[in-house]
Amino acid sequence: MSFYHTYERMKDFDFKIYWDGLGDADIQRALSKTTINEMDYLTLLSPRASNYLEKIAQKAHRLTIQHFGRTMQLFTPMYLSNFCSNHCVYCSFSARHNYMRKKLTLEQVDVEAKYIAATGLKHILILTGESPKHSPVSYIEDCVKVLKRHFDSISIEIYPMEMEDYNRLVDAGVDGLTVFQEVYNEETYQPLHPRGPKKNYRFRLDTPERGCRAGMRNVNIGALLGLENWRQEAFFTGLHADYLQDNYLDTEISVSIPRIRPNVGGFTPKYDVQDRHLVQVILALRLFMPRCGITLSTRESPDLRDNLVQLGITKMSAGVSTEVGGHTEDSSGTGQFEISDQRSVPEIKEMLLGKGYQPVCKNWEPLDGAAGW
Amino acid sequence: MTDKLKIGEQEITNRFFTGTGKHSNDSIIPQLVHESGIEVVTVALRRVDLTSPEENILHHIPKGCILLPNTSGARNAEEAVRIARLARACGCGDWIKIEVIRDNKYLLPDNYETAKAAEMLVKEGFVVLPYVSPDLMVAKDLENAGVAAVMPLGAPIGTNRGLQTKEMVRILIDEINLPIIVDAGIGRPSEAAEAMEMGAAAVLANTAVATALDPVNMAKAFSMAVDAGRRAYLSGLGPIKTEAEASSPLTGFLS
Repeated sequence: MSFYHTYERMKDFDFKIYWDGLGDADIQRALSKTTINEMDYLTLLSPRASNYLEKIAQKAHRLTIQHFGRTMQLFTPMYLSNFCSNHCVYCSFSARHNYMRKKLTLEQVDVEAKYIAATGLKHILILTGESPKHSPVSYIEDCVKVLKRHFDSISIEIYPMEMEDYNRLVDAGVDGLTVFQEVYNEETYQPLHPRGPKKNYRFRLDTPERGCRAGMRNVNIGALLGLENWRQEAFFTGLHADYLQDNYLDTEISVSIPRIRPNVGGFTPKYDVQDRHLVQVILALRLFMPRCGITLSTRESPDLRDNLVQLGITKMSAGVSTEVGGHTEDSSGTGQFEISDQRSVPEIKEMLLGKGYQPVCKNWEPLDGAAGW
Repeated sequence: MTDKLKIGEQEITNRFFTGTGKHSNDSIIPQLVHESGIEVVTVALRRVDLTSPEENILHHIPKGCILLPNTSGARNAEEAVRIARLARACGCGDWIKIEVIRDNKYLLPDNYETAKAAEMLVKEGFVVLPYVSPDLMVAKDLENAGVAAVMPLGAPIGTNRGLQTKEMVRILIDEINLPIIVDAGIGRPSEAAEAMEMGAAAVLANTAVATALDPVNMAKAFSMAVDAGRRAYLSGLGPIKTEAEASSPLTGFLS
């Protein structure tokens, strides 16, 4: 099985003709349905549907409250290493860039973990640059052993692995996998990833599926908005999430909606994804997949994040540094990208409570400490 | 009239049970419980943070409530059993609501895995309340396994669609000699009352309360509706007829 077959089915679809042919009645029809199909989702991503943002927002808000309540899951990323063997043109970690690289020792991981855990967060997302040589699966396993002392849920955002490696990490205590396709358009993908293992479009595309098969409880996917036509990329992201949820019922599928941010190398994205575009993506996705988690990072500004709380988001990062050891060490290094929302965990909690939302720091209980089966 | 629901060794007066998820602030729970007289509160163990004094949801459940920890997050019998053991080890008592869901699209329970977990947990001395799709054969198996009650869904979790499974629930009420507690999908107090009029022993609703504009008042409304439905059931509802029946029959003179 592979989502690639779904992608192939739709990759030559003439999106422009479809969107140009839509009338107001088509948008209203999609909006009035209890459950929407993939073409309704595409309809809600159309330029014409952007005239209906408030109506879509009202429905998205109702659906989110119904399925998630007034709660917001909080987590923070922790960067373990920034060594990378890829040459992605839009990323600060690209091997093309020459700066001092870092990798945390297990002692440093422990110090960083203690600092983050003191904020009350129980969910952590660990990240590395994509270098199996510098951060092999054994290193990740060792880090997970350290992190398990401090956190209840450990997710990874590292290089794509074979299923056997994911099995090892699940056994070690990893319960979540985040992997961004970055770009679903296969033709655009190639020049953006000129060298390194990330060149392999298909291997990356099938990565979330390997994670599901390996028993990850949560799998989070996404496209980096700005690298291609955002409406089409959002469409394929939704199709991918729907495909995974249909085929791996026991995995919780969630979607991130990152926009490209300033980075080392000064790559300028070809497509301008404005705030209202981002909102349209979130709202359409919520109507297409009412129970899907939607994750919002600190790439977005505090003001925008505050307003998005009520529009379908279910998970937010807080107290973020994108530098290796950035929580406890000298922060003069190079982060993966510039963050926009610098607020601490208490500040984010306060904002959520002020909006009538409950910040949730713990939403999983590891089972390996329980008495044997 | 003393009409108490007995589950395990516990006697319960208020037959409306609620949950702790989806609230905008856990601190509302004590007021909600106090004002509606709720006695049984379910809590997802995965949300319990014993290490955090401020964010431990258990601190918001008033003393005197019967704690019904649930195995939310379990994808199979093994995980449900592990969560139940963890709950007991954490001091949550012996009651356990088994939730085994491996369908994140509709959140429907897996009856087969639930039955396996129930069998094991009964043997370990738990007071087991399994959440199931209403199926007579599964309910009979659960009864034989020694569970304390059966909790069929009225509609999928969080949908507020009401008692969609009415006929199946009615069969369970008729055929199973255990309390039948309708759980999930109940969106309105009137639907809770309807379940009680049918003979359900209790109703559990969370989303309908937690997502209401005024959760405290909604909990009260549910509590009253459940009580009304129960009273109606005990009073004996009149039969439903297809034709009108005159109170002064035309052939009365013959007798």
